[in-house]
Amino acid sequence: MMRMRWSAAILAAVLAAAGLPAAAAELAKEQILHKGNGAEPQTLDPHRAEGVPSSHILRDLYEGLTSSAPNGDLIPGAATHWDISDDGTVYTFHLRPKARWSNGDPVTAEDFVYGLRRSVDPATLSKYSQILSSIRNAEAIIAGDKPPESLGVQALGPHTLQITLKAPTPYLLGLLNHSSAYPVHRASVEEHGERFSRPGNLVSNGAYMLHAQVLQSHVHLKKNPHYWEADDVVIEEVYYHATEDQSSELKRYRAGELHWTNEVPLSQVRWIRENMDEEFRVATYLGTYYYGFNLTQPPFKGNLPLRRALTMAIDREIIVNKVTRLGEQPAYSWVPPGVYNYEAQVPEWASWPWEQRLAEARRLYKEAGYGPDNPLRIELRYNTSENHKKIAVAVAAMLKQNLGVRVNLINEEWKVFLQTRKQKRITQLFRAGWIGDYNDAYTFSELLHSKHGINDSAYNNPAYDALLEQAAVEGDFERRRELLQEAEELMLQDQPIMPIYFYVSKKMVSPRVDGFQTNIMDHHYTKNFRLLAR
Amino acid sequence: MLRYALRRLVGAIPTLLVLITLAFFMIRVAPGGPFDSEKSLPPEIEANLNEAYHLDEPLWQQYLRYMGNILQGDFGPSFQYREYSVNELIAQGFSVSLTIGGTALLVALLVGCTLGIIAALRQNRPTDYAVMTLAMTGISIPNFVVAPLLILAFAVGLGWFPAGGWEGDSLAKIVLPVIALALPYIAYISRLMRSSMIETLRSNYIRTARAKGMPERVVILRHALKPAFMPVLSFLGPAAAAIITGSVVIEMIFGIPGLGRYFVQGALNRDYTLVMGVVVFYGILIILFNFIVDLLYGALDPKVRYD
Repeated sequence: MMRMRWSAAILAAVLAAAGLPAAAAELAKEQILHKGNGAEPQTLDPHRAEGVPSSHILRDLYEGLTSSAPNGDLIPGAATHWDISDDGTVYTFHLRPKARWSNGDPVTAEDFVYGLRRSVDPATLSKYSQILSSIRNAEAIIAGDKPPESLGVQALGPHTLQITLKAPTPYLLGLLNHSSAYPVHRASVEEHGERFSRPGNLVSNGAYMLHAQVLQSHVHLKKNPHYWEADDVVIEEVYYHATEDQSSELKRYRAGELHWTNEVPLSQVRWIRENMDEEFRVATYLGTYYYGFNLTQPPFKGNLPLRRALTMAIDREIIVNKVTRLGEQPAYSWVPPGVYNYEAQVPEWASWPWEQRLAEARRLYKEAGYGPDNPLRIELRYNTSENHKKIAVAVAAMLKQNLGVRVNLINEEWKVFLQTRKQKRITQLFRAGWIGDYNDAYTFSELLHSKHGINDSAYNNPAYDALLEQAAVEGDFERRRELLQEAEELMLQDQPIMPIYFYVSKKMVSPRVDGFQTNIMDHHYTKNFRLLAR
Repeated sequence: MLRYALRRLVGAIPTLLVLITLAFFMIRVAPGGPFDSEKSLPPEIEANLNEAYHLDEPLWQQYLRYMGNILQGDFGPSFQYREYSVNELIAQGFSVSLTIGGTALLVALLVGCTLGIIAALRQNRPTDYAVMTLAMTGISIPNFVVAPLLILAFAVGLGWFPAGGWEGDSLAKIVLPVIALALPYIAYISRLMRSSMIETLRSNYIRTARAKGMPERVVILRHALKPAFMPVLSFLGPAAAAIITGSVVIEMIFGIPGLGRYFVQGALNRDYTLVMGVVVFYGILIILFNFIVDLLYGALDPKVRYD
């Protein structure tokens, strides 16, 4: 007993010395955090990883040039500070001399050069490398036209890194916090090849290092003793559990086996609200849930009044309050609110009283050539999921009740759905959702560019494309923001999509986890947490 | 006996070939490919991916390549878990499924047979009705209802066992999944055992044994048990193959890294090699278990001859 109290006292002294606020509550003796993490991550190779589950783990394992604070603000990561050239195309980063890999090697500018080149090298088979296309020559390298060595990234010294862009990119600093821009440890990649990211091989530069992995079960990280801020890292070990089944995840949380869930089952939200409301953490998330109109086929091809009528005739308040019930915000536009340097574009009709909106919707429906004797019959396609189904049923009911539209619901398995949506032959109205890759409006705007690969509505407005292309090379923050806002306003007038709601992130977080804050990107770093005693 | 065994094994080869061929083409016919995702891929990278996995070759060439690899025991690299080979994934998943499934099968066999015999001996009496009601309930309530109830009662409520997961060396983590997995099998086996035991007890040689004044225990255990067990044995072949290759429902609910989850996820992700690997592996197991059961028949039943 005596010894334990001593170790707690020593820990408190260490924490006080490290400059942490004096702990009001006592820290748990065992600093081992258990997080539910959704689907199994397919890889821990930062340049090949895709999907949210792996990005959660990678944030603990690696550190990019920039990082983010618990509230989501951009903060220095492996770089302490940076200089930006006057034209906004050359960034010079000054790295932390103290930064170390988990095997003790220093983290140098060369590691970042190697990492970024590897990321854009088509031989790496990265699915995310396009995110780096603002770096000079990146696009040509991804297309296989130039060698990776031609990338606009250069080590000016052991701790000085220069990145040259093809055009000013105001969101570059945020991008550098994406796993595609993480450095990798060259010696271990060269030694182990494809398998460098497996336990025992992986050398990382973040606050944690990979200890063990049991596929489909868990990834086990331990504190990286060489991390530059290691003295301030309180949690010693983190488990990321693969939790595909949300009800089971909640039960494991209730049994005290998890401190943190990845999601919550929609069917139990009411119970959670009644019984564990304080542990239920919901926050605005950088994503939009919407339905797309296929603009290449009837009935939506060239029929703006019809698209507008349908968009106006659904009551989003009912959908978010009665169907999804998580505090989502109804969406009338495309870029979610809260995006950095952007003002949400809301169409005028969104603020009309419901009666007026309905009257206008009915008028437009009639103008489009439909009516009680000649009702519109459409197919609404969504990927198989209980939640998508509930929303589709609600939308179909609203369209029937308010306009008399006969909606035929069709669900398809995910991969089949992706293919039909992409082919644009049989789709009419289809479900879609988009989560931003970085905190900038462009990650949304570009999706509706006529050349974009996931523009499944086939929206094609040269004026919209031109505004986006102007914004992409615009160095002035204000001007760029105006261009993107103008583009969205224009797009909303064409109504290629029917926005429904803005996503929220939702999870259970144990009151024992100290230091948790919600943020729009839903980025969390274990190094910022402490586990309190019960 | 040896000739029979050889003949059976050789006879299994065409079955496996048909299985592999059918599975190979069926998974390829399914719409969507392994690299389809909400993200669109740059053409160069898509081409590289297709090349790395030989998807750029004509289908018949891919088929021959796959057959060639399988003959060498190589199921190829997984599409989904790019750093792992399918052989590794099957080995990992199967060891887990075998632990849980094997234990569940053993439990089901012991409990099911015991219950079945007791019910048969107390035919049409309250004990019999109680056991059969229990068995009927076991069959009709599906796993995905029983498992969460078990978790709520014994993990969330009483805190005796973990609610899920597969970390640590403690045996406590397998208790609930084994119970959930064994329950329907207990039900089947006890019903099978009961009816065949009742039938056996009516046969002439049992009456003779009783007439000779043998103790009931000896009559049941030495004379009736072996023949009464035959229907259970033939049920065990496919049942064993099914139970040890993993139940995706149980694995999802308890968060167990078993083979069933790889199979379902492989199919959903169009991980061609992983799905094929599991199908072939499962096929081999079924053939193998049926073969073992047939051999056991001969050992237990002198009426069975292998020529």
